[in-house]
Amino acid sequence: MSLYFMALVLFCIGVYGLVVKKNLIKKIIGLVIIENAVNLFLILTGFRTGGEAPILERGMEAVPEHFVDPLPQAMILTSIVIGLGVIALLVAISVRIYEKYGTFDVTKITELKG
Amino acid sequence: MIPVFVIIPLACAFVIPLVAKKYEVLAPAVAGVGSFLLLVFSIWSIFLLGGDGHVVYEVGNWQPPVGIPMVVDGLSVLMLLVVNVTGFLSLVYSVPYMKKFTSARYYYTLFALLLAGLNGVVISGDLFNLFIFVEITAIASYALVAFGTERQELEAAFRYAVLGTLASAAILLGIGLAYSHTSTLNLADMAEVLSAEGAGGVVIPFVTVLFVAGFGLKAALVPFHSWLPDAHPAAPAPISAMLSGVVIKTIGVYALVRVLFNVFGMTQATTDVLIWLGIISMAVGVLLAIGQWDFKRLLAYHSISQIGYVVFGIGLGTPLGIAGGLFHLFNHSLFKSLLFLNAGSVEQAAGTRKLDELGGLSEKMPVTSWTSLVASLSIAGVPPLCGFWSKLIIIIAAFQAGHVIGAVVCIGTGIITLASFLKVQRYAFFMRKGEVKDFIKEAPLLMQISMVALAVLCVLVGILFVPFLSEVIQPATDVLLRGTGAFADFNLLGV
Repeated sequence: MSLYFMALVLFCIGVYGLVVKKNLIKKIIGLVIIENAVNLFLILTGFRTGGEAPILERGMEAVPEHFVDPLPQAMILTSIVIGLGVIALLVAISVRIYEKYGTFDVTKITELKG
Repeated sequence: MIPVFVIIPLACAFVIPLVAKKYEVLAPAVAGVGSFLLLVFSIWSIFLLGGDGHVVYEVGNWQPPVGIPMVVDGLSVLMLLVVNVTGFLSLVYSVPYMKKFTSARYYYTLFALLLAGLNGVVISGDLFNLFIFVEITAIASYALVAFGTERQELEAAFRYAVLGTLASAAILLGIGLAYSHTSTLNLADMAEVLSAEGAGGVVIPFVTVLFVAGFGLKAALVPFHSWLPDAHPAAPAPISAMLSGVVIKTIGVYALVRVLFNVFGMTQATTDVLIWLGIISMAVGVLLAIGQWDFKRLLAYHSISQIGYVVFGIGLGTPLGIAGGLFHLFNHSLFKSLLFLNAGSVEQAAGTRKLDELGGLSEKMPVTSWTSLVASLSIAGVPPLCGFWSKLIIIIAAFQAGHVIGAVVCIGTGIITLASFLKVQRYAFFMRKGEVKDFIKEAPLLMQISMVALAVLCVLVGILFVPFLSEVIQPATDVLLRGTGAFADFNLLGV
């Protein structure tokens, strides 16, 4: 249970970074922390204390109760790749923003009214 | 045959960068052929549905609930039409419009990825697969919003991408919780598990909250709308048309409605949430729109307000309300994308999109002017154009359901919308203010063709709304009305 709570704490740290920090790169780091907190949470839902990898070897008997659920792990792999794509795009956009505005400070990047 | 909807655009996205490096002209050609094929297939899919109203394809022949199914039913057919009609016409429009941009081949690649994501969301029968296609669409649209790489474009794209990623995190968390609760990701299987379990419990209401926030942000419903008025005007005009006409509906409204109606089942609480989100979006969107002088920004605020109509109609949950909402969703994809294409050709011709600097364009640009008149009257709900019928149906449905406040807001929003578009027509096209600049000339032929095609569709759907309702909207409405039972006869476990 405490592990779930840690994932929540991590999520809140990410939200703090995203909302409070003024620097674009720090905002992106906050976003990365949020994504990882969600990924960690999903991994935990499939975890079983003392469980084994769900691989059947010859002569072994299948005992589903002993296995760790592999599906969340497959999902998280996909989700990590998606996160990588988004973060790469965000960093590329921030580099271009720096070229145009000469700053990473969001309080100075305000051409749009929102 | 269902996988073609994803295979064709993905193949285009792969081929375009390979061939277009040497021959730039092949990029629009490949993308155009691909999206034309998609259009043909999506029209053909109307006739594909048999008596039981759905077609299922098991990817890799893995049987559900282990495998990932692709499902086409009445609602998917409607959404496929929305995606591919607007997609093809926007792509035709892009060919002359994108000439002023460098490395246009990446534009066509991203466009093809956008289509792949949108079609994938619509035909996915698996919750996590749906999330992946939502993300493909979202990443392609972040990149396309930033495509101009000027100051405003980059700023808008950054905001859009940060908020979109936050929404995705909420959706992913919801999917994880739903999976840990039901031990399945297959939409049909999940619906069965949940309906066997019955009401009660806290997990599914919490997941519903996460989904309403996540998909609501992607649909730009009002408390979550702040990115839209920046992002949609910043994109190139055909992409604005795709974003406002298709993307917010597919990865926002469709995904939310599909999960809420067909998997979780509607409760009184979710009905109320949808209805009030719709009413607030309608009112706030249109009130913010009237003060705008930037042509595309004004249109973007109207998108928020029109999405409010759609969500309100579907949220009513009565047969008439759902039909009205879905019909309005289709109509909005026609006239709003047409308006954005008009705004693009005005901007290209006059060099500005500030309404108070334009004027008298109707003489120099007759095609743009007349098609935008059709679209404006359509969005304002003037009979017999398509927007009139869908708004009328929603208002009647609201009165029938006893939701007088909603009906009154609908009517009021319609009137303000009319006023707002009279302003657009007057300032941009009809009012003469000094000499009209000499360099302004009509848009190139392909841009004219796609604008005229959309205008003709607006008029045709308006005149032939009875057959359209019975052939396309009715099957889609049935899917939502059957609630969690809609998937039940998909014959899950090979029985």
